[in-house]
Amino acid sequence: MKRPYSVKLDINNGSVNMTHGSGGRAMAQLIDEIFVHHFDNELLRQYNDQASFTVPDGRMVISTDAHVIAPLFFPGGDIGSLSVHGTINDVCMSGALPLYLTAAFILEEGLPLAELERIVASMAAASRQAGVPVVTGDTKVVEKGKGDGVFITTTGIGMVPAGVNISGDQARPGDAIILSGSIGDHGMAVLSSRENLSFATTLQSDSAALHTLVASMLEVTPSIHCLRDPTRGGLATTLNELTLQSGVGMLLDEKAIPVKPEVMGACELLGLDPLYVANEGKLICICAATDADALLAAMRKHPLGRDAAIIGHVIADDHHLVQMQTAFGGRRIVDWLAGEQLPRIC
Amino acid sequence: MKFVDEFRDGAIARKLAKTIAETALPDRQYRLMEFCGGHTHAIFRFGVQDLMPENVGFIHGPGCPVCVLPKGRIDNAIALVQQHDVILCTYADLIRVPASAQMSLLKAKADGGDIRMVYSTQDALHIARAHPQRQVVFFAIGFETTTPPTAIAIRQARAEGLNNFSVFCNHVLTPPAMRTILQAEGGASAHIDGILGPSHVSTIIGSQAYAFCAETFHVPLVIAGFEPLDVMQSTLMLIRQLNAGTAIIENEYTRVVTRAGNRKAQQLMAEVFELRPTFEWRGLGMLAQSALKIRHEFADLDAECRFNMPAITTADVKGCLCPAILRGLNKPTDCKLFGTVCTPENPMGACMVSSEGACAAYWSYGRFRRETTKQEVAA
Repeated sequence: MKRPYSVKLDINNGSVNMTHGSGGRAMAQLIDEIFVHHFDNELLRQYNDQASFTVPDGRMVISTDAHVIAPLFFPGGDIGSLSVHGTINDVCMSGALPLYLTAAFILEEGLPLAELERIVASMAAASRQAGVPVVTGDTKVVEKGKGDGVFITTTGIGMVPAGVNISGDQARPGDAIILSGSIGDHGMAVLSSRENLSFATTLQSDSAALHTLVASMLEVTPSIHCLRDPTRGGLATTLNELTLQSGVGMLLDEKAIPVKPEVMGACELLGLDPLYVANEGKLICICAATDADALLAAMRKHPLGRDAAIIGHVIADDHHLVQMQTAFGGRRIVDWLAGEQLPRIC
Repeated sequence: MKFVDEFRDGAIARKLAKTIAETALPDRQYRLMEFCGGHTHAIFRFGVQDLMPENVGFIHGPGCPVCVLPKGRIDNAIALVQQHDVILCTYADLIRVPASAQMSLLKAKADGGDIRMVYSTQDALHIARAHPQRQVVFFAIGFETTTPPTAIAIRQARAEGLNNFSVFCNHVLTPPAMRTILQAEGGASAHIDGILGPSHVSTIIGSQAYAFCAETFHVPLVIAGFEPLDVMQSTLMLIRQLNAGTAIIENEYTRVVTRAGNRKAQQLMAEVFELRPTFEWRGLGMLAQSALKIRHEFADLDAECRFNMPAITTADVKGCLCPAILRGLNKPTDCKLFGTVCTPENPMGACMVSSEGACAAYWSYGRFRRETTKQEVAA
């Protein structure tokens, strides 16, 4: 099909302007030369306002996630790859196999096209690597000062295999709590690259799509009770959500929770607690104690679960508290995050 | 992690706990005030109280700069933003602290105020350089620990001719607060047998700054680091002094603190700041010679002069026990507002929102502490 524009977008020097969101030729060209070019797949190339496909019988899940992050590029990822991983992870925490993604972009006037292309290319690479294509989308442009460069909302759908029934309300006293790897890597990598807080670190975000790890876990134990990725609010907040949803308590063993020394160091420096720092490539699995060893072994065989560990167990507790046996020998409550975790004065 | 793990070692903690239990005389109480919020949080975060015998108890002191800042000063800062359209640079600790009329810096920011969180005074200077057309005010707060960096920023602004920069100074001094608590003891303050003295503050002012505790009030004081083993070792040192009937100033935090402190930092502070005749402390009232103001020579960099800021006195929320808690008279759980209308999400007083506040520590780490915990740990 011949496209109705003769001069290519000047990606190296150009920037987003209001016409790119106007619905006219400029918008069609932007979609063509950046979005379709990178996401390229059969469904997208039909140029319809929707993607149409046949789904197998069974239970379908859908999840949506809005991505806003500063800076747009950080060690180990960018807003593009994050928007793919984040939604795939939300879909697969039900045990589902993710099938398709959609993407909506809100672009701020003035965003360099080169940056946009870099983000979209990274998103396309993440989607290809995960085997989950972006099949439809939308673009809007807002005036300068009314956005933060780019906001990306992705929606994902997936199919849950028969016999799998994972939900946040399934945790039972006696269950084991398994964590897939070290905590705090994403949050500290992003913080370290903020303009006003640059500190040198080799730390990389852990941003990754977890669906193949989940699939390998379900192969061993289809009867996993809960899965959740501890993103914003960190491990502590996610465990509190689960205790509330399931009406239970939890007891963690601080010594068993993997934290990289560089994350610990940066947290000490800033007065932050790694339990509350965001992750983008980790999951929490709650399962019957009898399934824990087999699941742990399966997770450790997968590259994204190499450092998996049993970090505690579910207990009966009317207050629905998460408590932790400290490495020091005492016990403390691990509470919900209040507001935003903020660095301390002294 | 090196230099941290050594001070959080569980095996050493258990040995120390055993020694403390053996040293503490069973027929007496040891009421020890940990002066700083940093200590309070170490005690809760690591479960130090669980390792103590029944008759060794901690009383939480007023050493949290955010908690003792009177509300009126936050009202002042909000007025700077709303009436003078300044860029206000603040440490993150202050951002959620309640001001009058259910305001806070966070809400003022949401209303369009240009309030920026900074990590150091250097960030504030950087913002001032980047916005020469705007007035940039640094909201300076803290005890002696954070005062030298403010002094440096003021000197730098002067040297660079950074005319759009000024400092809203709220620096306060620890010894006057400690003296107030000891003077009022038995009446307006809790009975205190010994004090775990400030750690970071003492790096600046030195251990001899607390000599009056022993000399005038015959209360022993041990400068204690903020790591849990520091707190336990210092507790043992206090118990030994109390058993022997001595009252001297000891220094557990020898890896950082000296007797005389950091003379260079002290000189810097003296060059830029002078004592205010009196200053309001939340919970403690008006304390003479307890706070710093920017010297006359640097008045052009003093936001209080530049913007002619009024003194605002505002009462705390009715029923808020923060004043008694800051004096060690009450525990956060004694307060009717605690956990009902006052939570970290909806704080009524600064003690619930500051990362060093006693109420925040109780709420975050220990609000449902079960009586059984101690036995479980012992077992």
